[in-house]
Amino acid sequence: MELEVRRVRQAFLSGRSRPLRFRLQQLEALRRMVQEREKDILAAIAADLCKSEFNVYSQEVITVLGEIDFMLENLPEWVTAKPVKKNVLTMLDEAYIQPQPLGVVLIIGAWNYPFVLTIQPLIGAIAAGNAVIIKPSELSENTAKMLAKLLPQYLDQDLYIVINGGVEETTELLKQRFDHIFYTGNTAVGKIVMEAAAKHLTPVTLELGGKSPCYIDKDCDLDIVCRRITWGKYMNCGQTCIAPDYILCEASLQNQIVWKIKETVKEFYGENIKESPDYERIINLRHFKRILSLLEGQKIAFGGETDEATRYIAPTVLTDVDPKTKVMQEEIFGPILPIVPVKNVDEAINFINEREKPLALYVFSHNHKLIKRMIDETSSGGVTGNDVIMHFMLNSFPFGGVGSSGMGAYHGKHSFDTFSHQRPCLLKSLKREGANKLRYPPNSQSKVDWGKFFLLKRFNKEKLGLLLLTFLGIVAAVLVKKYQAVLRRKALLIFLVVHRLRWSSKQR
Amino acid sequence: MDPFEDTLRRLREAFHAGRTRPAEFRAAQLRGLGRFLQENKQLLHDALAQDLHKSAFESEVSEVAISQGEVTLALRNLRAWMKDERVPKNLATQLDSAFIRKEPFGLVLIIAPWNYPLNLTLVPLVGALAAGNCVVLKPSEISKSVEKVLAEVLPRYLDQSCFAVVLGGPQETGQLLEHRFDYIFFTGSPRVGKIVMTAAAKHLTPVTLELGGKNPCYVDDNCDPQTVANRVAWFRYFNAGQTCVAPDYILCSPEMQERLLPALQSTITRFYGDDPQSSPNLGRIINQKQFQRLRALLGCGRVAIGGQSDESDRYIAPTVLVDVQETEPVMQEEIFGPILPIVNVRSVDEAIEFINRREKPLALYAFSNSSQVVKRVLTQTSSGGFCGNDGFMHMTLASLPFGGVGASGMGRYHGKFSFDTFSHHRSCLLRSPGMEKLNALRYPPQSPRRLRVLLVAMEARGCSCTLL
Repeated sequence: MELEVRRVRQAFLSGRSRPLRFRLQQLEALRRMVQEREKDILAAIAADLCKSEFNVYSQEVITVLGEIDFMLENLPEWVTAKPVKKNVLTMLDEAYIQPQPLGVVLIIGAWNYPFVLTIQPLIGAIAAGNAVIIKPSELSENTAKMLAKLLPQYLDQDLYIVINGGVEETTELLKQRFDHIFYTGNTAVGKIVMEAAAKHLTPVTLELGGKSPCYIDKDCDLDIVCRRITWGKYMNCGQTCIAPDYILCEASLQNQIVWKIKETVKEFYGENIKESPDYERIINLRHFKRILSLLEGQKIAFGGETDEATRYIAPTVLTDVDPKTKVMQEEIFGPILPIVPVKNVDEAINFINEREKPLALYVFSHNHKLIKRMIDETSSGGVTGNDVIMHFMLNSFPFGGVGSSGMGAYHGKHSFDTFSHQRPCLLKSLKREGANKLRYPPNSQSKVDWGKFFLLKRFNKEKLGLLLLTFLGIVAAVLVKKYQAVLRRKALLIFLVVHRLRWSSKQR
Repeated sequence: MDPFEDTLRRLREAFHAGRTRPAEFRAAQLRGLGRFLQENKQLLHDALAQDLHKSAFESEVSEVAISQGEVTLALRNLRAWMKDERVPKNLATQLDSAFIRKEPFGLVLIIAPWNYPLNLTLVPLVGALAAGNCVVLKPSEISKSVEKVLAEVLPRYLDQSCFAVVLGGPQETGQLLEHRFDYIFFTGSPRVGKIVMTAAAKHLTPVTLELGGKNPCYVDDNCDPQTVANRVAWFRYFNAGQTCVAPDYILCSPEMQERLLPALQSTITRFYGDDPQSSPNLGRIINQKQFQRLRALLGCGRVAIGGQSDESDRYIAPTVLVDVQETEPVMQEEIFGPILPIVNVRSVDEAIEFINRREKPLALYAFSNSSQVVKRVLTQTSSGGFCGNDGFMHMTLASLPFGGVGASGMGRYHGKFSFDTFSHHRSCLLRSPGMEKLNALRYPPQSPRRLRVLLVAMEARGCSCTLL
């Protein structure tokens, strides 16, 4: 493990990953990989999660391609130095922020969207000029093997390597020194990753999870609301970090919600859900059993059917759920949707605030003021109002958590920034040393006053411009006065010439 | 008995009650900070003189004025910084409202060091308050006089339901770190930085660590030695060298060294007189422990200038060492004192190689008349910040982020960067309940036709949206 990391570091130190051209080439190669090896990619992910072709495309591949295209288009601009506003002391100097790669980045992927959650950070790390070690999740075995096979065929084999393995290998890997660690997964392991990073003072981005609440107001179109929630909840069989984890609503709405979700499920997956190519399966037996245990003692409004052999759990809704029960104690990460009745939006807000900050928060209402209040009085990684999941899709948003749902963010330019060091640079000249006398000892009160002036006075371009104009005006006036006689003579000459030209042109 | 439990609970309750959210409250806190600085100028100067023998000039320029400047900047820009930031939308979200909401994290812990005990406590505090957090301040117990002023006088100017100063040494700080905070801002040594980050990991608390390192200072053959000597000496001996961004050591050719030494001597004499110990413009070492550590470093290499010390006064003369080996202690640890070793290199390439073999420093300096040489050092190295042909002037520009990289730290602050550091940037997408027909594309059951539509949509380059 140590040797592998050292090899990657040597590759980084060679400087190969830095030039813009190289980064663009690698990103283009990645794009080609996605297009040419489409079949292999689909097959691997389908095998891991029983996902349909369409779902792989719409959930994973399209985001990856979009991200690569976005990088290719904008990277040339991002790598350039950005000049900053200067003050009086630095007026004549060059001051800018220059993005630089960090070095060797470790990306630990997740199993629920094994392709996009590993490749999207990789895209950012490559774009920022780093070398990368990718550690896909061992739970999504086929995807892990596929990445280990395909990536070296398209990317630089020394700068970007895939290391596969389980807990043991990951622990070994975390003992090594990296320049940034990007982890997607659960809270418990997030703590382990950050602790390991602390030993080397390695900055981390942790994309974790939590229970994302979904508040449904009286004042909304329940048909549409339930369709959107159904889509977001049962997508990937509930194994989505930003899936609406549970519903909060007034008790009077429960029955309607249950009925409408039930109808929508039928519409989406048919009468025999097991046969639907659009409904996925639970990743493995351990999670299957875990999710099953959450059903104990609960009032199942519909669903609840399971099949251990195929790790199938039907889309399920629970009603009148007691907040103290197990299903409300951990992130569900499965196709079970508890409804917790609350009296009103105040109680909902209190309920949410008593708990850990979630990765996402959802609120459905026609009442814009209510939505605003929800946002103002709670905190979460992100928010989508009147829909679910969608804030993930806009890459101008920094996507990430807060509190126990994570730290740091990525997507689009935020990925580039996450994997770069934004280095402040000030370039002065060795001239004008005389001016510096003001700062050198021996000091005096007047020097103190000057120091304050330069530090606290704003560099106001407009005022300075006006001052300059006044100064120039004075200079002009003085010059005119001084050379009056000469100017008079010259003026006469010019007048005569111009008159002559006009007269001669009139002749023609 | 946990001495911090009550204080922390009180502050958390105040935060949950929403006291620190309104702009008026935050502005009032910032104005209070401003008044603290103005009304206690003499008190602060005296405390700084007592702790570090800081001259009025140094106290004003590097402590009070800097802090005042940040307060003023924050007050002027608070509302603009607080505003929701609209973001560009894609095809799928064209009709929605998309913005980033800047939210306070909650309870913030600021742990400050002793070398610029006012500046490095108040400047982060400005950011934390402007961002709407409740703050626990842990000033350094080593700079005792300033600690006293911060503990006894500062709280009077701030709302004490949302702000507290806690005191103590390493043991108390360890106890404090066992508690859960929503953000920890630490300025100090890399060794303690690791301890802070490990403690933060237990609660998944994000951190900014402003650490240190050995800041190299490359001096090219092509430059005026007197100008370079002036600038390097000023930044090196400022605050008796106890500055995280001070040039730590010089890299230059033996020829340049020959020219630099008399220039440095001349500068030092001009700055501090023939007897620097009696100059009011030279600081003192903070305590005995640091003094002893520095005095031991005087034995490295050969003393070319200075070398005197006085234990009773914790005085160390502005010193330049030559013939220094890389393996000696003075080249192994961050000096943090008025000692400047010169290491010889034969070329700028060798200097760059020397720098890159070591940990990434907090600052890096290069002096040359040739802008090519300066730019070369810049592009072929990495560091927190960089200044060409001067010392840490880049710190005076609030439009430049200040922070380290690698072993010199993580995160950044100053100006708007402080506000952003202490805020959670929350993505908010508000969709309209209408336009459901468009959404129909994303719902199962999926069909080959839909797949085709999607594939066609994907062909279009620049499709950074998920056409669901």
